Amino acid sequence: MTFTHQQSAHCESGVMSSLLTNAGFAISEPMVFGLSSALAFAYLPIVKLNGMPLIAYRMPPKHIINTLNKRLGLNIQSKRFSGVEAGQLALDQALANKEAVGLQTSVFWLPYFPAEMRFHFNAHNLLVYAKENDNYLISDPVFEDVVQCSTDALNKARFAKGALAPKGLMYTLGNTPTNVNWPKLIRQSIKATTRILDGLPLPWIGVRGIAHLAKKIAKLDPAATKYNRLYLTHIVRMQEEIGTGGAGFRFMYASFLQEAAIKLNEPVLHDAANQMTLIGDGWRGFASQLVQYCKAKQAKPNFAELAASLQQLAQQERQLMQQLAAWCKTAAKL
Amino acid sequence: MKLDDVPQDKSSSYGGHKKLLYATTSEGRYTGTKSSGWDTEAFATTLAVEALEQQAQEAYNQWQQGLLSPLPYLMYQARLDETGLSQISGFWRWRLRRHFKPAHYRGLSSAILRRYSDALGVPLAQLKAYQSQANQQE
Repeated sequence: MTFTHQQSAHCESGVMSSLLTNAGFAISEPMVFGLSSALAFAYLPIVKLNGMPLIAYRMPPKHIINTLNKRLGLNIQSKRFSGVEAGQLALDQALANKEAVGLQTSVFWLPYFPAEMRFHFNAHNLLVYAKENDNYLISDPVFEDVVQCSTDALNKARFAKGALAPKGLMYTLGNTPTNVNWPKLIRQSIKATTRILDGLPLPWIGVRGIAHLAKKIAKLDPAATKYNRLYLTHIVRMQEEIGTGGAGFRFMYASFLQEAAIKLNEPVLHDAANQMTLIGDGWRGFASQLVQYCKAKQAKPNFAELAASLQQLAQQERQLMQQLAAWCKTAAKL
Repeated sequence: MKLDDVPQDKSSSYGGHKKLLYATTSEGRYTGTKSSGWDTEAFATTLAVEALEQQAQEAYNQWQQGLLSPLPYLMYQARLDETGLSQISGFWRWRLRRHFKPAHYRGLSSAILRRYSDALGVPLAQLKAYQSQANQQE
């Protein structure tokens, strides 16, 4: 089997783009991301990471695979396993059939990751495209080139325990899509995103979640210097380091809007793409602002200023979502 | 973000790798491009890693002083906290805390140490050796 590796910004959208493209249905990573309505924001104080709240800038793991499966009718075959042996056997059999296989794994146990990048995240997606002797040949979407991994190490990564345990999850493509109704599908997916970001009556999700985080920052205790530094840099880490991060996802969505604008010849979407780019720039500016604050160790903390920047981003995202929601109601061009 | 603004700050946490991100050309068209890191991100990463290393160092000292078993140190080394270790090992947190006491640790069976060995990626023999080391100290 000839397999072409492509580097991606995010593992799950990258795996789906790569699987489909290699099966003969060329689709970009941003298109996968947009069509599966993966853009989001969530502030989850109940889920703790080293004592800090989880802040997510996209939908939870498996959302992209499941949504794309449904919208494009991919008939994806996925399996989980109760034991390591059964999981390895199924993977080896699929590879013997010359299939590319998607796996859910834990980053911490993958030896080809640099030590500095390893942490306990159990929902990393990658593609295995062949096996040579005791080594799996892997196309990991976030890496520049293909990599290899020993059988033992990959088994450990597939059957890692803890939150979001992969339980050996593997998946293969059933069909490639035929007769895609792009105007309908793009409207449907954008509409879903506007609902997630600006339509749920929950204080922690979407634009409300961003505003909620801004309020949390405004209420930080100026005396707790050490905690504040860790809290503010934690926001930056969740935004930039983990996965692609907030700004990265905003840029990817802007890229999707641009591609959709060209595909459907819709100037409204071009305009939306430009606005989303500005929002992404705003998020990066916010990250710089947080880090500059932490570096300065200034005597007078000005949390109100930081919170105001975030409130502004929330406002911009809300306006853009309202515009997009209005566009979704317009009739498709023939 | 424009292509020219894509940071190339060679972050050490990337371990020489480059990440892909999306940026616009001078005509405003999106394209994939590579970044070797961003100082803003690196600062946040470094701060978090330092906090973890500090915890590991404290746990190491307390282990050497006989106040803790080696488990808390190994836990931080594996980039875990109590919640994470509890989820991965399957032990309740109150049991973890018992195992963190040197006296309890010395009495742990091979079966229990095996679970820590799997969770922390430390060879079983090493965990057993720490048990007898602790004995010699007294």
